[in-house]
Amino acid sequence: MSEILKMDKITKIYPGGVVANYQVDFSLQEGEIHALVGENGAGKSTLMKILFGMQKQTEGKIYLRGKEINMNSSQDALELGIGMVHQHFMLVPSLTVAENIVLGHEIKKGIFLDKTRAIEATKELSEKYNLPINPKNKVQDISVSQKQKVEILKALYRGAKILILDEPTAVLTPQEIEELFEQLMLLKKSGHTIIFISHKLHEIKKLCDRLTIMRDGLSVGVHNVNEVSEDDISRLMVGRDVKLEIDKAKAQPKEVLLRVDGINYINDFGKAVVKNVSFSVRKGEIVGIAGVEGNGQSEIIEIITGLKKATKGKVLVHGKEISNLSVREIRELGMAHIPEDRMHTGIAPNMSIEENFISEKYRSEEFSKNGYLLDNKKISDLAKRLIRKFNVKTDSEKTAVKGLSGGNIQKVVVGREFSSDTDLLIVNQPTRGIDVGAIEFIRKMIVKMRDEGNAILLVSADLNEVMTLSDSLIVMNSGEIVGYFPDASKVMEKELGLYMLGVNKQSEEEIRRAVNE
Amino acid sequence: MSSLKLSTKINKYDTLRTVIAILIALIISAIIIFATSETPIYSINNFLFGPIQKLKYFSNVLEMMIPLTFTGLALCIIYQSKHFSLIADGCFFMGAIVASYVAINFTLPKAIHPVVAMIFSGIIGGCIGVLPGILKIKWKANELVTSLMFNYVFYFFGLYIVNYYLRDPEASVFASYRFNKSFALPRILPGTRLHAGFLIAILFIILAYIYIYKTKWGYEIRTVGDNINFAKYSGINTAKVIISSQFIAGAVAGIGGAIEMSGMYKRFLWDVTPSYAWDGVIIALLAKNNPKYVPLAAFFLSYLRIGADMMSRRADVDNEIISIIQAVMILLIAAERFLAYWKQREENKLAKEKYLNAKKEVQ
Repeated sequence: MSEILKMDKITKIYPGGVVANYQVDFSLQEGEIHALVGENGAGKSTLMKILFGMQKQTEGKIYLRGKEINMNSSQDALELGIGMVHQHFMLVPSLTVAENIVLGHEIKKGIFLDKTRAIEATKELSEKYNLPINPKNKVQDISVSQKQKVEILKALYRGAKILILDEPTAVLTPQEIEELFEQLMLLKKSGHTIIFISHKLHEIKKLCDRLTIMRDGLSVGVHNVNEVSEDDISRLMVGRDVKLEIDKAKAQPKEVLLRVDGINYINDFGKAVVKNVSFSVRKGEIVGIAGVEGNGQSEIIEIITGLKKATKGKVLVHGKEISNLSVREIRELGMAHIPEDRMHTGIAPNMSIEENFISEKYRSEEFSKNGYLLDNKKISDLAKRLIRKFNVKTDSEKTAVKGLSGGNIQKVVVGREFSSDTDLLIVNQPTRGIDVGAIEFIRKMIVKMRDEGNAILLVSADLNEVMTLSDSLIVMNSGEIVGYFPDASKVMEKELGLYMLGVNKQSEEEIRRAVNE
Repeated sequence: MSSLKLSTKINKYDTLRTVIAILIALIISAIIIFATSETPIYSINNFLFGPIQKLKYFSNVLEMMIPLTFTGLALCIIYQSKHFSLIADGCFFMGAIVASYVAINFTLPKAIHPVVAMIFSGIIGGCIGVLPGILKIKWKANELVTSLMFNYVFYFFGLYIVNYYLRDPEASVFASYRFNKSFALPRILPGTRLHAGFLIAILFIILAYIYIYKTKWGYEIRTVGDNINFAKYSGINTAKVIISSQFIAGAVAGIGGAIEMSGMYKRFLWDVTPSYAWDGVIIALLAKNNPKYVPLAAFFLSYLRIGADMMSRRADVDNEIISIIQAVMILLIAAERFLAYWKQREENKLAKEKYLNAKKEVQ
């Protein structure tokens, strides 16, 4: 086997100053399936976007078969034989499968598209690579896994020899994943090289030959898959021993503060992503939701916090139905919310730290002068206090938030939410992509808030986090609760894994205990 | 270099970029003048120094600043919420029409008359200002497109009102009846036409600054503009913020129209719209949407205008040269990539330093 591709010391800095990749080396052997793993925000997608010509690296070089290449668009990458299947499909729903596949490389008859030959070409290709598909179907009518096949065929039609698959299994069922893996093995046999992005370690063990691990913008190692265990991989991915112990006393739960009663949610694509979920959270306890990402957790949180409306079902805070309340009214009932994605939802990047601290407090009398003017003195006093209390590293409270590191930005978000007058905290991925110091600090704050009598709902993709922090645990799979554990400290990680993967499922009675009646 | 120093350096790049854009625009216009004028030095001299030759000319600069300030402020407010509406043009024009109507048909005491006109113009301007916002929120219609369309609608609607209700049939050109004498704003500088509208403009600059940077509403507008998802998540009613800020912006533009009428005119004479809103765009751009810098930007633009006017009157260069200067400036300032290389290089340095510091902190 020979080296087909080499990315040499790639650094990518986005305008605005986010360092997404720092001197990353990445190399591919011809005919291998190479896994690229790392937590969200580790820089995998950026690296692949550079390889596919969608982004230009700030520094570094790319070599294809030993020759330096310079790409300015995806078109260039395709011409060099590099294809990419995106996590979010890039297809035209109103066109047929065949039309989508030839789009941009049309076989023409005069000035018109030669539909018959497009269909023939599609058929031929789909038989050759054993990716069965009906070329005449419209893309809007076919299933997700078929759309994925269309994407793969599209890349192959353009002559891709290197195929980048960005989290291809995230949207598939276990059976579809099996099928995809068989097809990928076939592609490998026919001489294609595949880059497989995933954070599902067992998939990588099963499918891939080598893997590159990324953490916080760096490549932290290249290994042969059969030489490392899943534990090793996950340790390298998060950069520390996966067990971070937390001291906490046994919970003293009191009355129910949040009740979720039979909620369902059907997303824009008509898929039921939350199915009949019921549970409750009491004062003085942390209820954790464990599960592979994308199994309905985000939607549940968005429904509880008022950012989405449930298709069916009720959410009660302090016994009050909140389905028809605005976010502001829900917050006024005493709910704070640490959002999943701090950059997307948690901050206003160009505004100062102090202005970010008051986004849910600025209306209160405390911060106003003469009714409608903001009291800047009091605001900066509050900001200084929170910067100290939450250990935010910055020169001044007037600095724009985007100038802080990820961990410090998260501390600003946590500081704001934990300092508002609340007793119900919705905490989603509180420590994702931040440094160990900040992680420990934020986890301790969460336990402290519990001890002060808050009801806390915690969602985390970090299994260790959700197991050590939570007092009781809910496990989700495909939009429904598949397990409830009243005492999180008695759950074994392996056992939890089986529920998360949907192998095990508790009985209805057992699951109903989550309601705490 | 400390990261604080580097970040101020980056801010300086933005200022430098604006200055260079202006210089390039001026150089290009000098080249055009040299290429077309028989007496290029004389032309350029008039263009650059004409406005400061006499108090009267300089006063012309200040007079022209007034409408530019109002539309500039309106666009600063609109753009703070990242809502790219150009409706201020329609608001300004209709403000002038409404004020003319009040000027002709109302009989009121001297000090009260223009104020009443401003109130009516402000309300109508505000109501027009929210239209693109409503269409955006209700039907996701692009505000840039709808506002441009509305500007035509209100331009012709305004002409209709003048033609059917205000037009003086005895005037030889397109003109309304004479305004009542009580409608005129007092002059504030003897020997010039500079009027009290200048003081009102200063007041509005201060009010707009306070509104954007010191009030709860301004905080909401800036939050919506910076990250609308964050605003929603924080419980800010984003639709309300967009509508209310558009109303205020429209009202400011409408009042500007009324002031222009009562300060500078005795009849309504605009058969083509003066399009102050486009000037407002470049003022907001130069001022980076901060009212604090609006007077500076308005002065600059108005100085160029008057200079070009004087050049065209005295020498052989048309004052359309101003459109070229303005176009080049808008192009260069709006083009994010212009001089981005240096800025990017500094930004990259800063980002790398921060990244490596964060790494060190962890260890």
